[in-house]
Amino acid sequence: MSGPSTKSSTPPAWPHSLRRADGSICEPPPFEPKSTMLQWLEARLPILSFSYSSVVSYPTPRNLNYWWTFGAILTFMLVAQIVTGVILVMHYIPQVDLAFNSVEHIMRDVNYGWLMRYLHSNGASMFFLAVYIHIFRGMYYGSYKAPREVLWILGVIIYAVMIATGFLGYVLPWGQMSYWAATVITNLFSAIPVVGDPIVTWLWGGYSVGNPTLGRFFSLHYLLPFVILGVVVLHIWALHVVGQNNPAGIDPKEEKDTVAFTPYATIKDIFGFAVFCILYAWFVFYIPNYLGHADNYIPANPAVTPAHIVPEWYYLPFYAILRSIPDKLFGVIALFGSIVILAFLPWLDTSRVRSAIYRPLYRQFFWIFVIVCIGLGWLGSKPAEGGYVIASRVLTAWYFFHFIIVLPLLGLFEKPKPLPTSISQAVLGTKKVVASLAVLLAGAALFFGTPAPASAQERDQPSPPRNSWSFHGPFGRYDPGQLQRGLKIYREVCQVCHSLNLVAFRTLGEEGGPDFTEAEVEAIAAQYKIKDGPNDQGEMFERPGRPADRFPPPFPNEQAARFANNGALPPDMSVLAKARQYERGFPWFVFDAFTQYQELGVDYIVSVLRGYAPTPAGVTIPSGAQYNIYFPGHAIGMPPPLSDGVVSYTDGAPETLDQYSKDIAAFLMWAAEPTLDARKRIGFQVLIYLLVLSGLLYFTKKKIWQNVHAPDEAAPGPDPKSTAS
Amino acid sequence: MTSTISAEPTRRDFLYIATGAVGAVGVGALFVPLIAQMNPDASTIAAGAPIEVDLAPIAEGQIIKVFWRGKPIFISHRTPKEIEEARSVPLSSLPDPQPDQDRVKAGHDQWLVVIGICTHLGCIPLAHQGNYDGWFCPCHGSQYDTSGRIRQGPAPANLYLPPYAFVSDSKIRIG
Repeated sequence: MSGPSTKSSTPPAWPHSLRRADGSICEPPPFEPKSTMLQWLEARLPILSFSYSSVVSYPTPRNLNYWWTFGAILTFMLVAQIVTGVILVMHYIPQVDLAFNSVEHIMRDVNYGWLMRYLHSNGASMFFLAVYIHIFRGMYYGSYKAPREVLWILGVIIYAVMIATGFLGYVLPWGQMSYWAATVITNLFSAIPVVGDPIVTWLWGGYSVGNPTLGRFFSLHYLLPFVILGVVVLHIWALHVVGQNNPAGIDPKEEKDTVAFTPYATIKDIFGFAVFCILYAWFVFYIPNYLGHADNYIPANPAVTPAHIVPEWYYLPFYAILRSIPDKLFGVIALFGSIVILAFLPWLDTSRVRSAIYRPLYRQFFWIFVIVCIGLGWLGSKPAEGGYVIASRVLTAWYFFHFIIVLPLLGLFEKPKPLPTSISQAVLGTKKVVASLAVLLAGAALFFGTPAPASAQERDQPSPPRNSWSFHGPFGRYDPGQLQRGLKIYREVCQVCHSLNLVAFRTLGEEGGPDFTEAEVEAIAAQYKIKDGPNDQGEMFERPGRPADRFPPPFPNEQAARFANNGALPPDMSVLAKARQYERGFPWFVFDAFTQYQELGVDYIVSVLRGYAPTPAGVTIPSGAQYNIYFPGHAIGMPPPLSDGVVSYTDGAPETLDQYSKDIAAFLMWAAEPTLDARKRIGFQVLIYLLVLSGLLYFTKKKIWQNVHAPDEAAPGPDPKSTAS
Repeated sequence: MTSTISAEPTRRDFLYIATGAVGAVGVGALFVPLIAQMNPDASTIAAGAPIEVDLAPIAEGQIIKVFWRGKPIFISHRTPKEIEEARSVPLSSLPDPQPDQDRVKAGHDQWLVVIGICTHLGCIPLAHQGNYDGWFCPCHGSQYDTSGRIRQGPAPANLYLPPYAFVSDSKIRIG
C-alpha cells in the first residue's frame, strides 16, 4: 500500500516497522496480477491487492497461540448469527399474539426450522463464550496497551452492542422470560433522575411492555448485528494498522519473527473454528435447551412474574453487580460502569510490559479477577438473599478495586521479569497457562449454564427421580408404541381440561412421531369438531377435523377454563415438557451437559402425576387443592388425574399409574419437541463429520507449519492440544 | 504459500486435497437446510390439501371463483351456446390448439374448471369480457374464449387446468 514514513516522528505503522536483519524495511510482497483483466480491475479498484495484503501476505507474529484464533472464531460466529437470524426473520412474526406461536411454527413446520432456531439461540451463547475468552486473552497478554488502545476500545464497543443485541433478541420469542427481561431491563432507565420515567415510557411506546415494544425490539435486533459488523471492520482495520500483539508481548522486529497470514494463520484459525464447532454442535444437537430457561417456553403473561428471574448466563456477572448495590440509581450506575470501565483499561494499567508472562504479580491478580467474574456469574444465578448478597458485594467491590486500584498501582510497584530480546527467543511456559485457562473457562462456561435455581421455598422440594427414556442420549428415539399410548391417555383423560393448541393431527403420522398411518390420522382428526366459517350465509359452523387442523381446545377461552376448574387455569400442554424443570444443583448440572440429561421436564411430569399423597400433619393446603410432593409449593389445583386401570391398553402394556405417567410424559415430550429424532440423527452425522474435518485440518496445519517449526529455529509452536475448551 | 518443499510431496498433496474436499462437502451440505427452509413448510403443504366444491348452487351462465393453494379457480357453468362457441372454432385458428373436449370431463361438458391466472404474467382475468365471451385480462389485454383458451394477446398458453375429479354429478374435488 502506501510507502513507509521513515522521517515521521511517530513510529511507522505495522508492518513497516518490521526490519530485515540487514536493517532494510520489510515489505510484504506486493500483489501483481498477471492477467490483463485483473490488471484492468486493479487500476480502477485495487480490491484484489487490498485483500491480498490484508489476508494473504499480511505478516503475523509467528508465536501466536490458539487463544488468538478466537478473533476468527468470533467473525465466523457473527456471520453464523446473521445468516441464521435473517432466515428466522423469514418465518417469525413480531406481534404479541403471534410471536410465541410463530417460533413454535419455526420449530415444528418449517424445513430445518428447529436447526435454524437452535443454531441461533445456542449461537448467541457460543458467541459470548468466544468473546469472553477473547477479552480475557486481551487482558492476560496486555493487548490493550499502546499502540492498541483504539483497537481495544472498538472491541469494548462491539461487546456493548453485543450485549444490547443479545438482550433484544431474547425478548423476541415472547415467552415469560422474554417479557420479564424486557420489563426489568427497560426499568433500569427509570433510575435516571427526573427524566427516567418518560424515557422508559418512550422505550416501551406505551404504558407497559407490549406490542409497540416488541416491534421496535425486533427492528433493532435486526439492525444492531450490522452495526457490530461495521465496528468489526473498524476493529480489524485498527488491528491491521498496529499489528497483532503476541504471547510475548514484544514487537516483532525481524522478518523471521513473523509468518504470512495465509496459509499459516488461516489454517490455524480454520482448525480452531472446526474444534469450536464441535462444542457448538454438541449444544445445538444434543442439549439445545440446556443454556435456556424452561420458563421461556411459557407464553408471556403480563399478570404473573416467574418465581425467579435470571438473565442468560452471559449477563449473570453484571446482574450480580446490579443486585449487590442496595440503591436503585447506584446499582444501575455500577452495572453500566462495570462495562464502561473496560474502555479505560489502557490507561488504568500503568505497566509498560504487556504480557502477563513477564508480570508475576499481575498474573496472580489476573486470575483472581477471572475467579471474581466467575463468582459474580454464579451469584447472579442465585436468589438475592442472605450470604449471596454479601458475597456479591465483596466481589463487586473487588471487580472495581481491580481496575481502579490494583492495575494503576501494580505498574508502579511490580518488578517485571526480563523480556526476551525477540519473539523467536520467547515462548516458554505458555502451555501451562493455556491449559489452566482452558480448564477454568470451560468450567466457567458450564457454571453459568445453571438452570434457574429455585427460590428458598422451592428448595424444600424433593427432586424428581430420573427415569429411563427411549429418547435419551445421542441415539435416543421416540418409541411409537409409547407415544400412541400417551395419545390415548391425552384423549381419554387430559383433554377434558388441557389444550394441545400447537399440535396438528397430521404430525401424528409424521416420521419420528407416534407413527400412525394416513388413514388412522384422518380417522383421529375426524373425531374432533373444528369450528370453521363463515359459510355463505355468514355463519360459523362445525365440521369434522382434517389432518391439517390442530387439536381443538376444550374451552373457548381462559375465563371459561378457569370457571370450569375452580379458578385454576389448566396449562396448554403443547410445550409443557420443555416448560418445566427442576433445580439440579451443583455439581449435577455440570455432568448433565456431558451426559446429555435433557429430560428434566418429563421426569418432573412423571413425578407430579405419581406425587399425590395425603396432606402431612402441620401442612395446610387451600381448599379445592391437593397435596403433591413434587409440585412447587405442594398445593396443586388438579385432582389426581390418573390411577391404575383408568385407561385400557390394547398392546399389552401394564395398565398402571407408573406406566401411564411415563407414557403421557413421553407423548408430551414428543408434542413439545417433534423433531427430536431428526435432530439427534443429524447431530450424530454432523459430529462425526466435524471430528473427521478437525483431524484432517490438524494434520494439514501441522504440515503447513512444518517448515516454520524447523529444528534450527528455537520456536516451539503453540500446543494444538490446548484448544480443547 | 512460499517454498514448502517436503520430502513426500504426494502424501502432502493428498492431505491437502482430502482436507479441502471434506471441507467443501461440509460447506455444500450447509446449503441444504439454508435452501430447504424456503420451500413450503409442513403447515403450508397440509393447507394445500384437496378441497371439495358443491356445484349445485351455480346457475347456468354463472362463473364462480374458489381458492385452492392460494390460487383462484374459475368454475364456469356454461350455457349450450357457450359450449357450441367453444367447439365450433377451427383448431388451426388457435394460438395454443386444444379441443374443448380435452378441457372438460366427459359427460360434464357444461362444467369448465380452470386456474384463473393469466398465463402471461399472472394477473386475474375478468369473466364474461372480451371479444370471445370468455375472459379478458386487464393487465396486458389477453383474451380467452369460453373454453379458457387464449385467442388474442400476449399470453402464450390457454388457462391451465387444475387437477380435479367429479365426486358426484354436483360435486368436484380439486387437488
